[in-house]
Amino acid sequence: MSRMSDNKKIRRDLEPEVTEKLRHQAAELTQCVESGDYAGAMNLINELNEVRDQSLYREVGRLTRTLHEAIRNFQIDPRSPEQKEVLSLMTDASDRLAYVVQMTSQAANRTMDLVEESMPVAHTVRDNATSLRQEWQRLGRREMQPAEFRELYGRIDAFFQSVSKDADRVYNNLSEILLAQDFQDLTGQVIQRVTALVKEVEEQMLSLVVMASHVDQLTGTVHRLEHEEVSAEQGVGPQMKTEEREDVVSGQNDVDDLLSSLGF
Amino acid sequence: MKILIVDDFSTMRRIIKNLLRDLGFTNTDEADDGNTALPMLKSGKYDFLVTDWNMPGMSGFDLLKTVRADENLKDLPILMVTAEAKRDQIVAAAQAGVNGYVVKPFTAAVLKEKIEKIFERIQ
Repeated sequence: MSRMSDNKKIRRDLEPEVTEKLRHQAAELTQCVESGDYAGAMNLINELNEVRDQSLYREVGRLTRTLHEAIRNFQIDPRSPEQKEVLSLMTDASDRLAYVVQMTSQAANRTMDLVEESMPVAHTVRDNATSLRQEWQRLGRREMQPAEFRELYGRIDAFFQSVSKDADRVYNNLSEILLAQDFQDLTGQVIQRVTALVKEVEEQMLSLVVMASHVDQLTGTVHRLEHEEVSAEQGVGPQMKTEEREDVVSGQNDVDDLLSSLGF
Repeated sequence: MKILIVDDFSTMRRIIKNLLRDLGFTNTDEADDGNTALPMLKSGKYDFLVTDWNMPGMSGFDLLKTVRADENLKDLPILMVTAEAKRDQIVAAAQAGVNGYVVKPFTAAVLKEKIEKIFERIQ
């Protein structure tokens, strides 16, 4: 990506040699017209056209090369041979972002599997403890027959065993949940790369726009831009920098205030 | 109490399903957009609808308007759970007849409060 930086400066003017040639040929053209050499004048006009076209082609060529390079340089560091193979198949940003969606969805589902597995374990421990405590309190109040106590002793012993086993299971599930968060590292890398690519493309686009405006100046083209209002009815997704904006709510409290102001 | 959860992301449907189960609502079904949800609502005798806004196919907002315009469904309580946070959108949803609006990211407590509030008002 180092080559990119060479092109980062956006030129506001045409290349000096082009403007020099333009000035030179314009003077010659005036001379030709004044001396009545119309064939020579036409030739000069053709040459001028060519100069203009070629500087345009050069700019477009430069832009294409840098864009191509940006896309080719855009890769994430593969960690394993298996991943390397998967990654080598990904050649564009949308594939990479799809990979982010897939990784985050995998992690979310893995986490929820483990949570759903752990919740009933916690429930069972609580229910058993509640029931044993009731028996234990009966014993404290000396309401228990020796035979009942022997049965309680057995249950308490079994409870201790199951608590150790259940605690191990919950602990293991928690550490697996911890590991399931490793997607952040990989998706973070991918997103950073996509962001860098977008930034580069944006810069190149800007220079194309500047270049196009030169061409517009030369050809005298004026564009009429129609501003299209985007409807929020289909949904526009999460909003950024909500704290600084007036048109968006920054949280549930704002929503509640807004709705109650409407009589909700 | 039969509840339909509509969201295009399966993880979000699963989170809402789990939260609803913790609140004691175990009879839930899922749909991934308005187009899938609508026939289910028409034939399924649902008591409550939880929907996202931004979905491919039919959006939650269109689903809301369609349900309110349907003679058999118009009284169905609807809770929107969405990342859509523009004031205009919230006002539009309220005008279209939504019963509650929860912005993502949300907490279990907020979801519980809004659902309880909706049921209080209905009873």
